[in-house]
Amino acid sequence: MTTAMTAEAIAAERISTSPVPRLVDQFEHGLDAPICLTWELTYACNLSCVHCLSSSGKRDPRELTTQQCKDIIDELERMQVFYVNIGGGEPTVRPDFWELVDYATAHHVGVKFSTNGVRINGEVAARLAASDYVDVQISLDGATAEVNDAVRGPGSFAMATRALENLKDAGFSDAKISVVATRHNVDQLDDFKALADGYGATLRITRLRPSGRGADVWDELHPTPAQQVVLYDWLVVNGERVLTGDSFFHLSGLGEPGALAGLNLCGAGRVVCLIDPVGDVYACPFAIHDTFLAGNVLSDSNFGTGFQNVWQNSALFRELREPQSAGACGSCGHYDSCRGGCMAAKFFTGLPLDGPDPECVQGYGEPALARERDKPKSSVDHSRTPNRKTPSGPIPLPLLSAPPKKFCNESPV
Amino acid sequence: MAESQRDAESQRDQIFDPDLRWRLHPQVAVRPEPFGALLYHFGTRKLSFLKNRTIVELVNSLADYPDARSACRAAGIDESSQAPYFHAMGVLAKSTMLVLEETP
Repeated sequence: MTTAMTAEAIAAERISTSPVPRLVDQFEHGLDAPICLTWELTYACNLSCVHCLSSSGKRDPRELTTQQCKDIIDELERMQVFYVNIGGGEPTVRPDFWELVDYATAHHVGVKFSTNGVRINGEVAARLAASDYVDVQISLDGATAEVNDAVRGPGSFAMATRALENLKDAGFSDAKISVVATRHNVDQLDDFKALADGYGATLRITRLRPSGRGADVWDELHPTPAQQVVLYDWLVVNGERVLTGDSFFHLSGLGEPGALAGLNLCGAGRVVCLIDPVGDVYACPFAIHDTFLAGNVLSDSNFGTGFQNVWQNSALFRELREPQSAGACGSCGHYDSCRGGCMAAKFFTGLPLDGPDPECVQGYGEPALARERDKPKSSVDHSRTPNRKTPSGPIPLPLLSAPPKKFCNESPV
Repeated sequence: MAESQRDAESQRDQIFDPDLRWRLHPQVAVRPEPFGALLYHFGTRKLSFLKNRTIVELVNSLADYPDARSACRAAGIDESSQAPYFHAMGVLAKSTMLVLEETP
């Protein structure tokens, strides 16, 4: 079984194309330390996007303290993890967010963070423009307010574009606009590109996963088979100028091997992973579920505490680094390209892990989806909204000086 | 395709002069790996790979020698096998993983 790689996973989007034969093999056996990892700093979020892969909303009272976060950064520095992709929730609402960003970059751990833009005012933008080691990704899931706000909530388009405006005005170069490809925005790809060009930003397009609240809306929002082809062709043409975080390796079979830019493989538990706000370590950011939980950085699961122990010794990660069975895909001529697709996409749509991806380009996903299946519920849910499929408008988030004592006792998170 | 690739490669070779003082860029980190090493450039955010231990040793030792050619010699790479190493360093120079040391 393979897993979806993190968005930035493996940095394949930046990977040098120097002729390195079968590096993929090296990576499939796992590295002693991740190349990069995703770190979700908080489950608190001012938005309630319908496809949130971490089902974020309310802050968790057990979230790591500033000192615990710094200890993790020290460990990442020792392991030479080159950078972290910080997300959430909305990471910038943590009162110690900037302190942690500064601490990481001072300790040779580069930072890329994803935000909906809520805190990127002129002052913050100027501060970001002065740093050499921080990358900013603004999430936007429609090139128009209409398409974006239906998924991310009323006012979220304006919030994101205001942030981009502020970054541009402050002279911050090369912000990223991060787009999750959906049925409603695949026909806006050129518009996204134009929007990014207008802000001097780079476009980053990633796959919609049925993870977290995404499981609720995936059936209606995931691109149709015809749209997958449009998306693939567009990515091949726009290749090097658009980042994908390697998330479309399941589409590799649509063309020649290597036509999609980047190193297309699933790095879950091998070269990437996720640390969640309470210190739980999962195989990848799209797999927040007990099935893919490797351990916790604070507790000893019989292999010592700390991130390095989890990374190197957890039974789950060791298993992911073993050769995986092609299962039902073994006889398919495209298996070498797509490797059976994304583990998380299969898991959360209730498909067998050793069979085709639900969006298999050979069409094997559709009959599998049509059969009776049991969709596992995410075991972690911090949603604020009772109706997870309706995004509410942005809510004001106070900067909390201490975590709430329990869920919900401090309004609104 | 193959022709143009070769052209591109030979152009890349031309920018690498082994008789100059090459150094790892100060913003580049080298992480040892079983297959060689991973290189990460904190300035350009580019990742690169060194595929064997000899090139890792060579790249790490560049600062101790007045030019790349003598670093090669010291790493035990004889004249007849230097070409691929010069080529590899040319690729690294192209992505500014290696830079020329400013002469004082």
